Amino acid sequence: MSLLSVRHLTTAFPAGDRWLPAVQDVSFDIARGETLALVGESGSGKSLTAYSLLRLVPPPGRIIGGDIILDGQNLMDLAEAEMEKVRGARISLIFQEPMSALNPVRTIGSQLTEAMTVHGLGGADPKAAAIALLGTVRMDDPARRFDEYPHQLSGGLRQRALIALALCCRPSLIVADEPTTALDVTIQAEILNLLRQLKHEFGLSLLLITHDLGVVAHTADRVAVMYAGRIVEEAPVRRLFKSPAHPYTQALLRAMPGSTHSARRLSPIEGHVPALQELPPGCAFAPRCQWVHEACVGETTDLYPVDAAHTSRCVLVREAQRLAADQAQGPSHS
Amino acid sequence: MPLVDVSALDKRYERAGLWHARRTTHAVRDVTFSIESGETFGLVGESGSGKTTTGRCLLRLIEPTAGRVRFNGEDVLGLDRHALRRLRRQMQMVFQDPYTSLNPRHRIATIVEEPLDIHRVGTPTWRHARATELLELVGLDRAALGRYPHEFSGGQRQRIGIARALALEPSFIVADEPVSALDVSVQAQIVNLLADLQQQLSLTYLFISHDLRLVRHICTRVAVMYRGRIVELAPVEALFGTPQHPYTRALLSAVPVPDPDVPPQRIEFDPSSVDLDAPLREIAPGHSARV
Repeated sequence: MSLLSVRHLTTAFPAGDRWLPAVQDVSFDIARGETLALVGESGSGKSLTAYSLLRLVPPPGRIIGGDIILDGQNLMDLAEAEMEKVRGARISLIFQEPMSALNPVRTIGSQLTEAMTVHGLGGADPKAAAIALLGTVRMDDPARRFDEYPHQLSGGLRQRALIALALCCRPSLIVADEPTTALDVTIQAEILNLLRQLKHEFGLSLLLITHDLGVVAHTADRVAVMYAGRIVEEAPVRRLFKSPAHPYTQALLRAMPGSTHSARRLSPIEGHVPALQELPPGCAFAPRCQWVHEACVGETTDLYPVDAAHTSRCVLVREAQRLAADQAQGPSHS
Repeated sequence: MPLVDVSALDKRYERAGLWHARRTTHAVRDVTFSIESGETFGLVGESGSGKTTTGRCLLRLIEPTAGRVRFNGEDVLGLDRHALRRLRRQMQMVFQDPYTSLNPRHRIATIVEEPLDIHRVGTPTWRHARATELLELVGLDRAALGRYPHEFSGGQRQRIGIARALALEPSFIVADEPVSALDVSVQAQIVNLLADLQQQLSLTYLFISHDLRLVRHICTRVAVMYRGRIVELAPVEALFGTPQHPYTRALLSAVPVPDPDVPPQRIEFDPSSVDLDAPLREIAPGHSARV
């Protein structure tokens, strides 16, 4: 059984007399010890999906449908007081900008020991437990860091402190929202490496939210690509990079510098991500898609299976499957 | 003769201490490089490496503490205000954040015409015609002229920023992280636009970036900065193919490769293992490093 199972999650914002879904009918599973990356550009709904899992949708936004099942328990059924016990203890969140998540006027140590005490952890010697945790996130000289304030730490060390805070209640799932986007590339590599190590050490499940496919390649087991509020493709990481089955994923991979070696020119995706109010009927990517045809416009789309582990929200995949099925049935039908 | 010639550039910031002694931050140290006409010269480094300060010193948006900057043979640092103003028509800047670099209260026409107004170029009618022409040059419709920045996406705003930078027909553009705030798909549009404009208008670029994948794609030569110094400078193929400085190697090894079949092979950098004050030494033609 999956640790987390999200079914038909829809989160929307009010616009006049209707609700505009910024996250629409999103379903995915995360197994124990697995890392799922949620990839998308700005406005894709990836971060909002993460906040929805913790039921931390900024008002006036609201979850208007769906189920979030953690360890067999539907979080949508919980009262707010019960939900508070889930946050931090069973699911914790790592933000992009660690400075905004740490209390600037308190030492790293006091923030850690407080978090432990609140959740009844840390045992007889919370200080020793906190210092041990700082060691776990590979901080140099953890005893000294215990007494330091956030501003005394570099960006990379702050992110480590935040990871220690996220780990202190031994959650089974960590949601990391662009955890390395604000960091320099060498620090980013260290933090990604740390997340991979911790995942193995503690058997953690990780939901990694990112816009950077480069970050995904060596951190995720599976990848879900989001576009305009919906998942448009989901596949094991290697499959997604080697044989992407949605035109948006294909175009995104081509647009990355270094993906083509034709001198100097990149392959952009023309146009821009549609705003919620102007989502076209049918496939949201159709206006920018080089393979667009009649069936893409107006028809509701679904995630179609490419194979058992791989789905794509592209009608071409559906047509290809139909064609293959027809051929397999042979001449009796023709 | 190179278009831009920078030699021994130095920038220090003094901070008077209330409780402690006066502190000096050495933002840029002994920076020497030159840019040939028509090339795209990349300046890469992590935050605090001095790359942005260097770029701004070239245009004297920041006054360097010491060193020499020549533009077309002319000594930029020795110019008086009047002469500097004249020279600035030749050297323009494109900024990182298309959200904060455009005045939200001004219409696009005002924003694009502003450099022409400041330098009192042409009549108002001519300026307006020029603004239309500039927008078309960067791929925007003339209808944009009457609208405000918030009505545009990030990529479109960056096009407007580029149109403004081109208004005075400069030959040299300092582009400071011009696509860092944009999504990958839009980033590629802007990078291609910059490449097309370079061809069309014979522009020379100083491209400041932390994104090594991007720099590899678009630059002809690259200088790597670390703690205010250039630690390595080379043609782009040589820098990525045979990096010489331990910091360059570490930096390149940290760039995530978007291929699950290429395992990350991190090279750690230990600053105490190198002599940062070692002079830049030429290792191969056009390739030098502080080793």
